[in-house]
Amino acid sequence: MNAAVPAINRMFRLQWEEAQDAWVLLYPEGMVQLNASAAEILTRVDGKKTITEIQTELLTKYPEAEGLEQDVNDFFVHAQTLNWIRYV
Amino acid sequence: MFETAKRRQPLWLLAELTYKCPLQCPYCSNPLDFAAAGQELTTEQWIDVFRQARKMGAAQLGFSGGEPLVRQDLEILIAEARRLGYYTNLITSGIGLNAQRIAHFHDAGLDHIQVSFQASDEEVNQMLSGSAKAFAQKLKMAREVKAQGYPMVLNFVTHRHNIDQIDRIIELCVELEADYVELATCQYYGWAFENREALLPTRAQLERAERITNEYRERLAAQGHPIKLIFVTPDYYEERPKKCMNGWGELFLTVTPDGTALPCHSARMLPLTFPNVKDHSLSHIWNDSEGFNYFRGKGWMKEPCRSCDEQDDDLGGCRCQAYMLTGDMHNADPVCSKSEHHSLILEARLAAEADVSATAMTFRNERNSRVFLKG
Ligand code: SF4
Ligand code: SF4
Repeated sequence: MNAAVPAINRMFRLQWEEAQDAWVLLYPEGMVQLNASAAEILTRVDGKKTITEIQTELLTKYPEAEGLEQDVNDFFVHAQTLNWIRYV
Repeated sequence: MFETAKRRQPLWLLAELTYKCPLQCPYCSNPLDFAAAGQELTTEQWIDVFRQARKMGAAQLGFSGGEPLVRQDLEILIAEARRLGYYTNLITSGIGLNAQRIAHFHDAGLDHIQVSFQASDEEVNQMLSGSAKAFAQKLKMAREVKAQGYPMVLNFVTHRHNIDQIDRIIELCVELEADYVELATCQYYGWAFENREALLPTRAQLERAERITNEYRERLAAQGHPIKLIFVTPDYYEERPKKCMNGWGELFLTVTPDGTALPCHSARMLPLTFPNVKDHSLSHIWNDSEGFNYFRGKGWMKEPCRSCDEQDDDLGGCRCQAYMLTGDMHNADPVCSKSEHHSLILEARLAAEADVSATAMTFRNERNSRVFLKG
């Protein structure tokens, strides 16, 4: 169980970019294009859901995916070092 | 700062709203003949530019100048840009800002404010900006920007007169709770080129500043401090040039106060014709105009770039620098040690070692601008 509740940091804005056909994170004078799995995770981050709840949602959507829980955990560790998220 | 941009899209739109500015920095990147610039675009014309660029994929919008705060319609422009889905950046000296305006911009949806500083030291700052109260005002506004919850980038233009105070600059930025700090040595275009002798730091100054920045970076990271310090070395001390704007006409689109569209804010100095948004659609400008196509790809290159195996790393470097220093914009950027003009850079480095405290600086104001017009 991971009861931590992530939220996207104020500096970043998550947005669908039609022209890039991708989700991006916008921040002061910069932008990161997210790959499909990062986008699947980050679009579920709303400052209310716990990491476990996010994992459950993803498992329901992708029941075949192997090692999904670990991938999600790794993603959040990485996202925090990049300052994309904080915990509320 | 852009990761993975696959198609050629103007992802970054820089709106130079006005050349008017209450300060007179000697390293200003505005064109030397700014007093001759034509009529500023109207509110409607700017909004139309934003709409067109957004359709073409632009996601970042920078409001700059001059001093963008001089534009009375700034709030309207911010609101419209935000509504279109831009991440909106205000790049300001802080002069002309107050708590109320910051709050209004916030309501309009402004995402981020960058405050530019000339030095951490009031005296040097006053000398450089030609204004006495500027420094206190900037500090106050930086505090207000954070107090109102904005992400804040502080930009310190470094040069030989302030680079030795880098530790104080960094400490000031930490105290002001900046999220990013850009410690950028000024690039020698525009006004800075006229003042190069008085601005270029020595190699020893530069190495010391970089070492101190690294020390702070480690220390702050160890404390779990989220601040990011970005140190930009001047290309005069490199052996390979910087890639021009990440590729000419690849990512960046600048629109100047009178509507001229440029691949980079400096490019107007080149002997090329650049289109105006009053006459053409942005998609024509970006895709079909001579000015934007001229330095795309590598077909324009001369030797040594033409047969160089590092072509893709730097695309021959900065076209404006090549033009300014060699008189031919197709030449390799003389920063490159393979350039036959590289000695010009070496001479400038040597000159930096000499005492230039007595070299007079040209301050950017209308009177000086007119002098350049005639010359
Ligand atoms: S010769 Fe030209 S392409 Fe090669 S490294 Fe130098 S500037 Fe770049
Ligand atoms: S060559 Fe490119 S990067 Fe250099 S100043 Fe001109 S347009 Fe900008």
